[in-house]
Amino acid sequence: MSNDYAIVASGLTRRFGNNVAVNKVNLRIPRAKIYGFLGPNGSGKSTAIRMLCGLLTPSEGEVSVLGLSVPRDAEKLRHRIGYMTQKFSLYDDLSVLENLEFIARIFGLDRRRRKTRIGENLAKYRLAGFAGQRAGTLSGGQKQRLALAAVTLHGPELLLLDEPTSAVDPQSRRDFWDGLFELADQGTTILVSTHFMDEAERCHELAILDKGVLVAAGVPGDLSDNIDAIVLDIETQQPRRSRNTLEQAGFVRAVTQLGNRLHAMVDPGLDEPVGRLQGMLDDAGLVAQVQVTPASLEDVFVAATGFRNGAGG
Amino acid sequence: MMFLQRIFAIIIKEIRQLGRDRLTFGMIIGIPLMQIILFGYAINTDVRHLNAGIVDLADTYASRKLAAAVQATQVVDFVVTANSVEGLIDRMRKGDIKVGMVVPADFDRRLADPSRAAAQLLIDGSDTSIANIAAQLRDMRFDVRSVNGAQSAGLFEVRNYYNPERRSVVQIVPALIGVILNLTMVLFTSVAVVRERERGNLEMLITTPIRNIELMIGKITPYVVIGLIQVSIILAVGILLFNIPVVGSMLDLYAASLVFIAATLSLGLAIYTWAKTQFQAMQLTFFTYLPSILLSGFMFPFDGMPPFAQWLGKLLPLTHFVEMIRGIVLRGATFSDLGPSTLALLIFFAVMMTVAVLRFRKRLD
Repeated sequence: MSNDYAIVASGLTRRFGNNVAVNKVNLRIPRAKIYGFLGPNGSGKSTAIRMLCGLLTPSEGEVSVLGLSVPRDAEKLRHRIGYMTQKFSLYDDLSVLENLEFIARIFGLDRRRRKTRIGENLAKYRLAGFAGQRAGTLSGGQKQRLALAAVTLHGPELLLLDEPTSAVDPQSRRDFWDGLFELADQGTTILVSTHFMDEAERCHELAILDKGVLVAAGVPGDLSDNIDAIVLDIETQQPRRSRNTLEQAGFVRAVTQLGNRLHAMVDPGLDEPVGRLQGMLDDAGLVAQVQVTPASLEDVFVAATGFRNGAGG
Repeated sequence: MMFLQRIFAIIIKEIRQLGRDRLTFGMIIGIPLMQIILFGYAINTDVRHLNAGIVDLADTYASRKLAAAVQATQVVDFVVTANSVEGLIDRMRKGDIKVGMVVPADFDRRLADPSRAAAQLLIDGSDTSIANIAAQLRDMRFDVRSVNGAQSAGLFEVRNYYNPERRSVVQIVPALIGVILNLTMVLFTSVAVVRERERGNLEMLITTPIRNIELMIGKITPYVVIGLIQVSIILAVGILLFNIPVVGSMLDLYAASLVFIAATLSLGLAIYTWAKTQFQAMQLTFFTYLPSILLSGFMFPFDGMPPFAQWLGKLLPLTHFVEMIRGIVLRGATFSDLGPSTLALLIFFAVMMTVAVLRFRKRLD
């Protein structure tokens, strides 16, 4: 089992006082894949990641990371994992090169390996031109690349990345993800948390967290296919009035506006969903075109999180 | 090998960061310089050159001699000459003078009678340190009278007796090495480590293979060197500016300083394990600093303190260091003479290091 999975967690729970940050989460994260934690702020993503790398002690539950029990063997794990914090955590007052040298020394790389690995990563993450520049003066995207260069210096088998791209422009995010795919191709397992749908969609597998509970998990495409709702696309010139009308109906679980379009999710058992919604809108005197559409990841997210929080449709 | 490499990595990083932190770097040099000059010049228990007034109702050779003798002590400067006692008191009330000397008309006769005071001193008692001068000058007047037969010799005796300024600086400056190190060492280490936590570096650092003890040793080593630099600055200023004689050996002096630096650095690390922010680290530093200054014997004689205060003082590293450094600098004691103090500092170091390493968790909870 531990050969197929980089991380296996069962019943993972963490309480801070009366607040349950992570609640009985079960995880199986396959090797050499990019696994995403998708969830809003405060959903327990960071707490879960910190428990997985031994920074926080779970209140309950079993965790096995790369075949080692955490937090008991957390120290043995240090050489084999890389953890990238949400906030840039290298030294602002050291240069790019000095930061990398520091990390390489801390991980015990010998002189020759230090030189080659730092050289490789400077080139790979396009940092060679900034080697002498203080890290504090880099742009958000450059800092991100430096953090990734530092965390991969010792060649970790598992990378834990806590919202690595939340402070980065879209182009830098694309570059960053190209880097992640390359690492996964080389056999690195990557656990990445995000609150961006487009990033979540790039993951091989995904877990959706909401208020500390794992509400859905699987391959993004499967999650969309297996969504427990019918998703309807409504094109209309009066999206706000249409939305108000639809939300009156008990079988409509959630309506999301996308410009002049609406995504409505209705109970999966509903007969003639298109006809019923079209009828409602026609009766209200609204011009609209209703059709069934495949669920997007956002729909999955809304279905998984929104229903639990809503009136209980 | 890996052990040393990781400690080395921390040391290199600390030194680089220190070199770029101009404020801290300035404080390393600035705090010792400022403190030694302030303590050396301003905090002076010997009051000198007070404005004084005189009424000489006798106006004899002896009375003029007395006035000259008092002036020569440099304790007072006669800036006012009044015609009457009332006039003198008036000037004192206005604040023009702090001390008034009244020589009565029968001064020569009084001088010949040992049972009577020859002259009168009026003291502005609103400042207690000035009131202390009454005692000094009263004793001096007695000297003048007792050696009246051989006046000039007697006057010189007075001057010598009332030139105690040297002594207090000699007392203060060596102990000041301890006071300054105590402040800067504790402050720099605790702030340096807490800053790492505040900036989020620590969360990254604790997921690396670095061990607690390696991190601690790497953190304090650069400050040991800084501490020794500070010792050298204070010594140099003390010797050049205040003519402090170093009776004992320099080697002993630096050895004692090294032990003390280790003790204060370990205290800084222990403080760090409690403080969450740089501000808290500073508060905790001053929380330990004030008792150190008051109870160590730096300001008040240790033997004169009540037993409970002595007991508290013995828990503080500065107390032992003040004892050691005064012994070495002033009495020429050797390092081996100071075994108990050295042992006390080493025990303090071991306890604080243990506390720091045990309390520091490579965890966030």
